[in-house]
Formats: sequence, structure tokens, C-alpha cells
Amino acid sequence: MTFLILVSVGFSFLITAAIVIFFFKFHRKSKDEIGVAIHGDMRLETMWIVIPGFLALIMFGWGAVVYVDYRHAPQDTLDLYVIGKQWMWKVQQPNGRREINEMHIPVDRDVKLVLASEDVIHDFFVPAFRVKMDVVPGHYNTMWFRPTKAGRYHFFCSQYCGTNHAVMGGWVTVMEPSDYAAWLSGSTGENENPVVAGEKLFAEKACSTCHLSNGTGRAPSLNGVYGGTVRLADGSTVTADDAYIRESILDPPAKIVAGYQPVMPAFQGQLTEEQIMSLTAYIKSLQSQPVPATGAGVISAPGKK
Amino acid sequence: MPKEHYLNATYGLRSWLLTTDHKRIALLYLASVTFFFFIGGIFATMIRIHLLTPTGYLVTPETYNKLFTMHGVAMIFFFLIPSIPAVLGNFLVPMMIGAKDLAFPKINLLSWYIYLVGGSFVLYSFATGGLDTGWTFYTPLSSVYSNSAVTPAVIGIFINGFSSILTGLNFVVTIHTMRAPGMTWFRLPLFVWAQYATSIIFILGTPVIAITLLLAGLERMFHLGFFNPALGGDPILFQHLFWFYSHPAVYIMILPAMGVISEIIPTFARKPIFGYTFIAASSIAIAVIGFFVWAHHMFLTGESTYAALAFSLLSYLVAIPSAVKVFNWTSTLYKGSISYDTPMLYALGFIGLFLIGGLTGLFLACLGLDIHIHDTYFVVAHFHYIMVGGAVMGYVGGLHFWWPKITGKLYPEFLARLAAVTLFVGFNLTFFPQFILGYLGMPRRYHDYPPEFQVLNVMSTAGASILALGYLLPMLYLTWSMRYGKVAGPNPWPATGLEWRTPSPPPTENFDETPVVDWEPYDYKNRPDLGLATPAGPTLAPAHGDD
Amino acid sequence: MHRTGELSGQFQTLEQQKESATLGMWTFLITEILFFGGLFLAYTINRHTYADIFAFSSRTIKLSWGAINTVVLIGSSLTMAMSVWSAQVGKKKLVTFFLIATLVLGSVFLGIKAVEYHDKYVEHHIPGASFDMYYCTNNPGACNLGAEDLAKERAELKDLTEKMGGEVAVNSHAQLFFSLYFGMTGLHALHMIIGAGLLLWLIIVSTKGRFTPQWNTPVENVGLYWHFVDIVWIYLFPLLYLIDRH
Repeated sequence: MTFLILVSVGFSFLITAAIVIFFFKFHRKSKDEIGVAIHGDMRLETMWIVIPGFLALIMFGWGAVVYVDYRHAPQDTLDLYVIGKQWMWKVQQPNGRREINEMHIPVDRDVKLVLASEDVIHDFFVPAFRVKMDVVPGHYNTMWFRPTKAGRYHFFCSQYCGTNHAVMGGWVTVMEPSDYAAWLSGSTGENENPVVAGEKLFAEKACSTCHLSNGTGRAPSLNGVYGGTVRLADGSTVTADDAYIRESILDPPAKIVAGYQPVMPAFQGQLTEEQIMSLTAYIKSLQSQPVPATGAGVISAPGKK
Repeated sequence: MPKEHYLNATYGLRSWLLTTDHKRIALLYLASVTFFFFIGGIFATMIRIHLLTPTGYLVTPETYNKLFTMHGVAMIFFFLIPSIPAVLGNFLVPMMIGAKDLAFPKINLLSWYIYLVGGSFVLYSFATGGLDTGWTFYTPLSSVYSNSAVTPAVIGIFINGFSSILTGLNFVVTIHTMRAPGMTWFRLPLFVWAQYATSIIFILGTPVIAITLLLAGLERMFHLGFFNPALGGDPILFQHLFWFYSHPAVYIMILPAMGVISEIIPTFARKPIFGYTFIAASSIAIAVIGFFVWAHHMFLTGESTYAALAFSLLSYLVAIPSAVKVFNWTSTLYKGSISYDTPMLYALGFIGLFLIGGLTGLFLACLGLDIHIHDTYFVVAHFHYIMVGGAVMGYVGGLHFWWPKITGKLYPEFLARLAAVTLFVGFNLTFFPQFILGYLGMPRRYHDYPPEFQVLNVMSTAGASILALGYLLPMLYLTWSMRYGKVAGPNPWPATGLEWRTPSPPPTENFDETPVVDWEPYDYKNRPDLGLATPAGPTLAPAHGDD
Repeated sequence: MHRTGELSGQFQTLEQQKESATLGMWTFLITEILFFGGLFLAYTINRHTYADIFAFSSRTIKLSWGAINTVVLIGSSLTMAMSVWSAQVGKKKLVTFFLIATLVLGSVFLGIKAVEYHDKYVEHHIPGASFDMYYCTNNPGACNLGAEDLAKERAELKDLTEKMGGEVAVNSHAQLFFSLYFGMTGLHALHMIIGAGLLLWLIIVSTKGRFTPQWNTPVENVGLYWHFVDIVWIYLFPLLYLIDRH
């Protein structure tokens, strides 16, 4: 930002000074006077194409580095699930504790937000952290940041989403790790651990009839799948991240695991975003389960997140 | 003043409503775009008043959302996009190339009627429930969730698109085939180059927004699923299709204004423009490269990182030709004979404001920065600097510059200079605080805001009142001058273009005989007919007697 | 446009006038490419995302009609070209003859299109409230399908329903296909109708013998337009009718 401001102010000053100086210095002196015809100068043209071009490349490069880093969350993040809907935010902590229009996180920890929308496009924006990301219905977006100072920080919705777009905001509370742990466990009221909820759903929706954990079922075992590499029927490989899990639930034919038939029914329209998130949380929890020798979903040893 | 000219050649309402004279059609457009400017301006006034307090008291949230949407739609589609091309372009392009009219005069008139029909649909939408989707119509908000009059508005904008397409078609053909003998491509005034580049965008870009809005409208009417994820559609597809036009559209709005500036500066410095070829080439470059940067509006939608990198790089690339123009305009002033006439003040104001607007575009193109300032008031300030500080200043400056030719009268110079300065000051007061607001984190399209943002909002509204005055003054004195202004004569400045070699106002057929061009553009040295001192000898008598 | 090939006021020479008219028509056709292009893009993306359902929906459209229409339209482009040639060599009666032939063929095309649309109406394949991919298999007598075809359709539909997770999903994606089908062919048909109007105008003018080797610009330009509309169909046909036919 500072670099850009400096360059901008520099050029603005240069041009403005030039204009002002020329404006007064070359003020018409007599009624019939004409100016001196100077048609152009290749050296000048080249110079003022090359120099701005070079500065532009610096601006581009610097911004690109920051952006690429922003788009690739580090490993070992604290993951929160965020659902935007007209006109409120629902936040779910890893242990299931829910918040509305509030988000509690520990300081000095990489935090990743998985964003989903229940209706129109929203955007989760925390000005103090210099981060935002659109929340688009129909797929997940993720964003990450690392708060470095405890405090309370405003967040806003910053993609116009209808009547109460302007009041669809809340507060991020960054706490010392011990305070956060205390807050997290001191929960009251109904907040089911998403892993437990997901496990229940897994049985209810009959996923367990095919996805036997010992690998002998019609579908691959899900032990160790999350975070690992999966080989697909067309020979390609894919990393089993949140988006992959979600797609496999909603649109199974999109990526069939090698060695298996495309028989899984699609759950598009049958699960809410929260249910998908709890199933994902449950499948994630199977990471550390023993991977069967045959019938595993992963092709490499799990556990490397 | 000549006895007979295009304004009094024929009388009566029919002679105006059924005219095929490009000059009269230009005035028809002048009336209609001014009307929509008023409408958009009223909405803007209400917005700024509402934003005086953190909790706005002027209107309800629903109404506020409609106000900013309708402000955008009216201003962009019905004022900015047609303004310079349809008013100044229509009037001047044939004259600047030495032709009697455009290639297709009847299609030109048709364009105006199509504009009116499109405008009527949109006004109907405004009147029956308004529009609250944002001028960007993002789905599924616009196609599924909004309860406002989206369908008629979308139909209106669709229809209006054909007005643009036909105008662009007319200009391209005219510039290719109807140049007077000796008027080679590199003797064309830069205004014509700018119109040509703009017309390319009209032709290639507008059909895409037409089909996009058509699909969104059909989705809304028949519950189809192109862009609605609940039915398997993709809201991001809408954004790609929408911005594929709407980004080049902003070049439609600025290129003609740049063309105006390229005419004014040589005239009021009385010397050829510095770097003619570079300015002409940069107009074309902006038009072409401008088609490849659209997804810089979508850096934070979850688009692929590779795509984002490509679009950011291209966005920096498209900035370079604009920079080239600014450097060339400034260099033209060097060793010029500069007068402080109103058009020159507008042109210099343009350069200053465009400079800020353009530089802040670099901030937005920067991927890392955009994460923070996307969808905040920073963006609002950026595009207003370019569209208002740039395009509107260019339009108003151009109106002043060619006013004597269009009406045969001069406007009151002192008042005009005062208005220009008022506009410049009011504009900066209105929009500069918004850069800061955006950086501090105030999102756009907010009817209420956190109290810490109030001071800057009040500053902005205060500036807006001065800005409004700056617009009101020209409307008043320009109208006044049509009746009471001093007679202008054929070439009051004097300027070197072909359009100035006709009486003011010109006759219907522009030229008695087709001019034959054998001089370079903006050449003050070898034009004794202009009545100015030449280095060679004493002042020559003007070639044109007073008509 | 002028009636008799005389110079219009804004032009200097007849050649300038002709050049302008032709350049104008080419420029207009470029805008049309961009216009149809948006639709084609939307179709292509959705076709890729929903390959199976699109293939199935495409198979429910009778190939024979589409094939006949393709031949008819190409034939009409031939007769149109012949008309331009006739004007260029001064055979005035032939100009009219070939223009009429083009109009007839174009009308045949539109007639067949109407038959196709009617079929879709009967089968409840028109997007809207009554859209239902399951209508034909649920009401065996209602659609014009043989027993064998009906059985095949029923089997494929059952497969798809399972794959896509329900009838609602199948119907909404199939509706997407048909929306695009009607959108693209409808837009194309609209352009054909406008073309028919232009041909009618040309026929009337040609009977007065006004098109000569020295001046036949309207015939040429309408020819350009007609060929363009033909080319759009050449793209439409394989995209819509020929996905995945065995």
C-alpha cells in the first residue's frame, strides 16, 4: 500500500506540477500568438512507457505474492465454518459451539474459515485483518488469517445481498489461547458436537451400508481419507479436502474412485449446508482411524495434513 | 450568424422527430441524456443526504437500496454510455471527416427511438416498485430473491443495447468509407480515433450484455436455472458474462472523453498535439486490451488463482496506454500559447481527476490490496473519479468547446470559468473522503454505517452540494446563451478541425462542396486562414468572411 | 435504403454507398456472432457440467427433422447464392426465381421447426409449469413414441434418476437443456423470420427489374445475412441434436 501511495503521489505531483508550471509559464502573451510545434519525441515516449511498465510490474508482483499466499491456507489451521444467509452470519466452532454474528478465535493461530451461503452471494470482511472473501451459494470458499493482537474487531458483509445488507455484521473477538479454550468449553445450550452429529447422519442416511470402514463394502472406506490423496477412475489424483468431500456427497459421478462403480446416489437437495458440514467434520475425524489394506479410499499413508 | 442553418432550415415538431440530420439527432440525444442525468442526479442527492447520519433518516433501507441501484442504471446506461458518442460524436464525426452525414442517417434516428423505448421500460420499472439489485444485477439475488421490478428494467437495458450497437456500427462504417479526399487515417482528428475505438467496443461488447440480461430475465420469469445454484446453475457464470461487457463499457465511457481532451488541448495551446500517433494507437490499445481484464471484478469470488494473476497483469497493462495519453497531453502544454478559456479549464481538470482515478485503479488491480479494498468505498471513489471527474468533465468541457459551433452563440465566459472551478472543487470534496472511507473499511451499498465513519460521510455530502451547483450553473447559462449569448462566428477559438470551416451554426448539408484535405491536424503554423500570427510573416486576413 | 440504386444524399459516389452498405452488413453480422456467442457459451458450459442429462435430453429430439432442416437450409443458401449470381450476370427473371426458391425453402425450414416445437409441446418438454421429463413414460399413449423407444427411454430415465438423486434434479437439469434449446433455436428462428421478410421485400423489388449487374447491393447484403443465419444453424445442429447419438 505504501509503495503504491508513494508512486501515485509521486506521479500525481509530477504531472500536476508540470501542468501548473506550464499553465502559467506559457500563458498566451498576445492575441495572435501560437505555440511552438513539437510533434513528438520517441525517447520520451519510450521512457514513459518503460518506466511506468516497470513500476506496474512491481505493483503486480508484490500484490500477486500476497494474494497467492492468501489463497493457499497453511496446514494446521483452526477451522471454523461460516454460513451466510439473508441477513445474518452463523459461525460454528470446531467443537460444535455455535455463534450468531459473533466469532471467537485465539490469538497467534492460523484460522481458516470455510464459507457457505444459504441463499445469495455475501462476503465476509474483517477490515482490521485486511481480509475478505465472497460467500457464494453452490460452492465453498475458504479464507485464512492469523490474528496477532487480542481485541474486538468489526466484521461486515461486503457483497450486496438485499434489504439488510448494511446491518449484516458482527464482531470478531480475539482472545488469549487459554481464554479461548475456557470460552470454548464453557458452552451452554444446544450445540451438538458436529462430529457426533455427523456420525449420526452418516448412519441415518445409510452411508455406512456401503462405506464400510474395513474396506469390504461397495464403496471405499473413509478411514484416513480426509487430507490424503485419492486415485480416480480416470487415472488422475485429487486431494480429499472439504470441497472434494462436499462434491462427493452432492454429485458423486463427478469423481469416481478408481476400482469402484458409479452407484452412489446424489444427495443434492437432500442435505442442508450445516448437515454437509457435520458429515465433513465426521469424515475428518476418521483421519486417524486405521486404513484397511484393501478397499481404502486413499492411496498414500494418511495423517499428513 | 448565417441566415439559414440546420436549426431553422425546417420548422415544426415533425421536422425534428423525423429528422435524419445527424446534427439534429445529436440535439435530440442531448435533451434525453440530460433528462436521465437529472433523474440519476436526484437519486444521488437523496443518497448523500441519507448518508449524513450513521442511521439514515431520509428513506427506508428498501428505498435506499433502490436509490443506489437506479442511480447506477440511469447514469451508466442512459447517460454516460450515450453521452459523448451520441451527442458530440453524432454532431461532429461527419463534419470532422468532411462528410455530409453519417453512412446510415435513418438508422441513426432509429437508434434514438430505440434508446427512448429502452428508457421507457426502465422508467416504468422505476415507477412500479423500483429496482434494488444493484446496477450489477448479481444472481441469484436479481433472478430469484429480489422483489423489485427487475424484469422491465432488464428488458429496457436489453433494448437500449441495440441503440448503442447501431450507433457503433454507423460510426465504424462512416469513418471507413466516408472520409473526404485527402483525409487519411493519420490526418483524422483524435476525437474521431477515440470514437472509432469506442465503436469497436460497442459492436463487440454490447451483444454479450444483451444476451446475459436476457438469460437472467428468462431465469426470473420462468424459474430456469442458468445462474441459480438451487437449480444447478452457476452465479459466477453470470458475473463472467456480465463483466465481459461491463468492463469494456467503462472504456466506452472514458475513451470519447479522452478524445475531447485531445481536441481541446491543442486548440487552447495553439500547437499540434504531442505524440499524435501514440495517442491514436493508445485508444485502440485500450479498446482491445480492455476486453481481456473483466475478471478483475471477481478476484474474491473464488476464481482460480491463475486466472486472477492473469487478469491482474492485464489490468496493469491496460493502464499504460492511458498513462501515455496523460504524458502526451501534458507535454503538449510545453511551449504552447495557453489561454485560460473554459474548455481548457475542463480539460486540465480532467487530467488531474483522471490521474487520481487511474492511479487508484492500480491499487485495485493489485491483488493483495484488492483483498482489503474490494467492495468498499474505495472502489466507489475510484470509479467516480474516472466517470464523473473524467467522463462528465470531458462531456461538459466538450459541450462548451463546441457550443459556438452547435448554437452559433457564445456562453458567458466568466460564469463558465467559475462553474468549472466549482465543479472541480466540489467533486474533490465529495469523492476524495470516500477513498479514506473505503480504506478504513466502510463497505459500499450500505444504508447505515458504523458511527466512526460519519465525519467523512458528512464531508462528502457537503462537497456534493457544491458539485450540484457546478452542474446547475452550466445548465442555466448554456440555456440562456442560446437566446442571449453573443454571436460566435465560424471559428472563435480558433481551432483547426474541418468542423470549424463551416458557418456557426452549420447548414444542414455541412459543406457546400466536399473539402479536399492537404494539411496535417492541429497545424497552427501553416493555416493562414485561422487569422493568427505565423513565424513567417504578419497576420493574414481571415479567409472566411463573417456569414 | 434507397429504392432504385440512386445516390443517397450523404454519399459522394455510388461506390462509396455500396462499400458502406456492405461494410455495414459485415459489421452487423459481427455483432450477431457475439450475440449468439453468449448463448453458445452458456450452453457449452452447462453441457460440460451436465453431460449425461444433456445427452439424454438431446436424444429425445427427433434427429430426422433436424437433418432434413439442415439440408433444406443449406439448399436455401445455394439458391440465395444463385440469386446473387443471376443479378451479377443480368438474368433478371432468374433473380426473382431464386429469391422465391430461397423463401420457399426458408418457409419449409420454419414449418418443420413448428412441427418440432409442437412435438416438444405434446411431450411436455417446454420449460415452464408443465415441464416434465417423465410425462411420456408415465402416459404411454400420449406421446408419439413407439413401444421400443418408450422402453428405452424409461430405462435411461431410471438410470439418470438414480444418478442425479431424484426426479426433481433430473427435471431441473433437463429443463436447463430445453431452455437453452428453445432459446437458441428460437433466436435462430426469429432471425429466419426477419430474413424471410427481407426476402419478400427483395422479391417485390426484383420483379420490377431493378437489380442489375451494375447495382445489386441489397441482394448481396441480404445474401450475406442469409448465409450467416445458415452458418449459425450449422453450429446449432450438431451441438443440440448430435451429442452422443449411437
